[in-house]
Amino acid sequence: MNPTTESLPHDAAAVDATGAAIQVSGVRHRYGDHTALDGVDLNVASGQIYALLGPNGSGKTTLFRLISTLMPLQSGRITVAGAEVSDPLDVRRRIGIVFQSPSLDKKLTVDENVGCQAALYGLSGATLRQRRDEVLGQLGLLDRRGEFCERLSGGLKRRVELAKGMLHRPRVLLLDEPSTGLDPGARLDLWEVLRSMAGEGMTILLTTHLLEEAEKADRLAILHEGRVIAEGAPDALQAELGEGLVTVVCDPDEGLQRRISQQLGVECQRMQNQLRIHSDNPAALVPQLAELLGTAARSITVGRPGLEDVFIAKTGHRFWAPSSSQE
Amino acid sequence: MATTTPPEPVSTAATPPSQDRTAPAEALATYRPSGWAAAWMLARREWVRFFRQKNRVVAAIVQPLLFWLLFGTGLRGSFEAAGGQDFLQFFLPGTVALIVLFTAIFATISVIEDRREGFMQAVLVAPVGRWPVLIGKVVGGGAIAWAQAAIFLALVYAFGTAPLTASVLPLMLLLAVLALAMCGLGMIVAWPMDSTQGFHAIMMLGLMPMWLLSGAFFPVPVGTAEAPLGWGQAALGWVMRANPLTYGLTEMRHLLYPSVEFAAQGFAPSSQINWTVSVLFMAAMLGIAWVLMRGSKKADLVA
Repeated sequence: MNPTTESLPHDAAAVDATGAAIQVSGVRHRYGDHTALDGVDLNVASGQIYALLGPNGSGKTTLFRLISTLMPLQSGRITVAGAEVSDPLDVRRRIGIVFQSPSLDKKLTVDENVGCQAALYGLSGATLRQRRDEVLGQLGLLDRRGEFCERLSGGLKRRVELAKGMLHRPRVLLLDEPSTGLDPGARLDLWEVLRSMAGEGMTILLTTHLLEEAEKADRLAILHEGRVIAEGAPDALQAELGEGLVTVVCDPDEGLQRRISQQLGVECQRMQNQLRIHSDNPAALVPQLAELLGTAARSITVGRPGLEDVFIAKTGHRFWAPSSSQE
Repeated sequence: MATTTPPEPVSTAATPPSQDRTAPAEALATYRPSGWAAAWMLARREWVRFFRQKNRVVAAIVQPLLFWLLFGTGLRGSFEAAGGQDFLQFFLPGTVALIVLFTAIFATISVIEDRREGFMQAVLVAPVGRWPVLIGKVVGGGAIAWAQAAIFLALVYAFGTAPLTASVLPLMLLLAVLALAMCGLGMIVAWPMDSTQGFHAIMMLGLMPMWLLSGAFFPVPVGTAEAPLGWGQAALGWVMRANPLTYGLTEMRHLLYPSVEFAAQGFAPSSQINWTVSVLFMAAMLGIAWVLMRGSKKADLVA
């Protein structure tokens, strides 16, 4: 042990033996009678883009707030960049936070807004000017620096938020639903920036309820009713389900489900208006299913499983509420 | 595996960030968050925002000026106060108090707006704690109120309504104390509030009466042996004596008109009492505001 580690006990362990930038273990959280988090364990490795994916009410926002020290921890343990969240000021020095809701002062210019952030994180003088030029340049905001924030478009505002979040060079950047309110072009843009930041060694944790966004992350955890139901790289999670997926749109009942399972020797999942069969050789199943079901099947489709299928396989629910047909 | 050398904690030398581009962890020690820097930023921000909203600047000067001239001129004939002052002269300290009260309160009420717009959330998750928010808001808002009062007083001295003497120095100090007290009061009102609508109710039910009952608009009723006060007037007198702003206003009157002898007529506590009450009032307001802010987690979260 280095002798100076005693004065700064957390720094030595900023990236601990497992390489984790964020460690969450056994975290539970309750709001009155409602359990928002029911025993969550996570490890986010350094330099990764990590997505917390979950539908509304899955607990991801609660977890985000606990990690960013916005709410006190009730039980369990969370360390961020080597600091315990029970010591909020220590954690806050090491993290950058970009909220879902805007945090810009609209009456101030881009430069002034970044300057405000600098004052909060201890940057001043030449360091501030240099760092500000750097960050604004990285985010393509140099020609907008004198503009009042109220005149910026949604995408540009989000970029200013990012500039604020990464100004003090945090080890960990936390983003809450970063693509909310962004058009598709601005979303692509955002991900390009996130990639370049991760490339510089920053760990990025973001929450999202968008499946296609979570697919872009290095790793993701799917939350459902306060628990992590799946965790891993997007490809690996999808591969676990096999090469292919056959979806049969029909009015399924238990008998039908059983018949398919018995006669075709495959496992079959029954949903409200469809049957789903995971298989490594889906094409071969199609004629068999067509014969078995006859006109009862309105459609039989073959595809590769996506993240929504991972969610469905683990929970038996659609990712979106049954009434909505998005995704 | 804790073999990496931790960053030197006391190093304040700013290493060029470009040198450690790939190692954000190493840069931490060069940035030492300071609550005072944060408070100063918040105070300066109040100024910048204030002067960018021109209507606020104009309203803050013109409204009290109109008040003073209209009431002062209109009620001139029906009023006679100590030292043969007319109402325009009598109402002058009250007008100054009005400027300080309104500007300070409106400046601090912006904390509600800051929270709704999300700006406060970014401040409250910064590694500086909460006290810079209080100091920044109170000092920033107080400075605006103080400067407004100073501009107004400069006009008054230019017109010759009050004589310009050396007492202007303690007067400005007193105004600073009152401005800070009012900002503290503003924070107490604004911090627990969700919307600026609720603020107007507090304004009409609490702040206006506080100002009216401070001796700004009419003197504290005092009975004599020949003409004792009715119970209503006596009660009014006691309420006014209990109002801490009354003492600040009495002292302001002293300092504006140092040559007029107020002690012979009516309620005239000594300067020592006036200053003590004003400073204690300020300390109490700031203290209560701090306890409120420290205690609530509310503003951390934006729904």
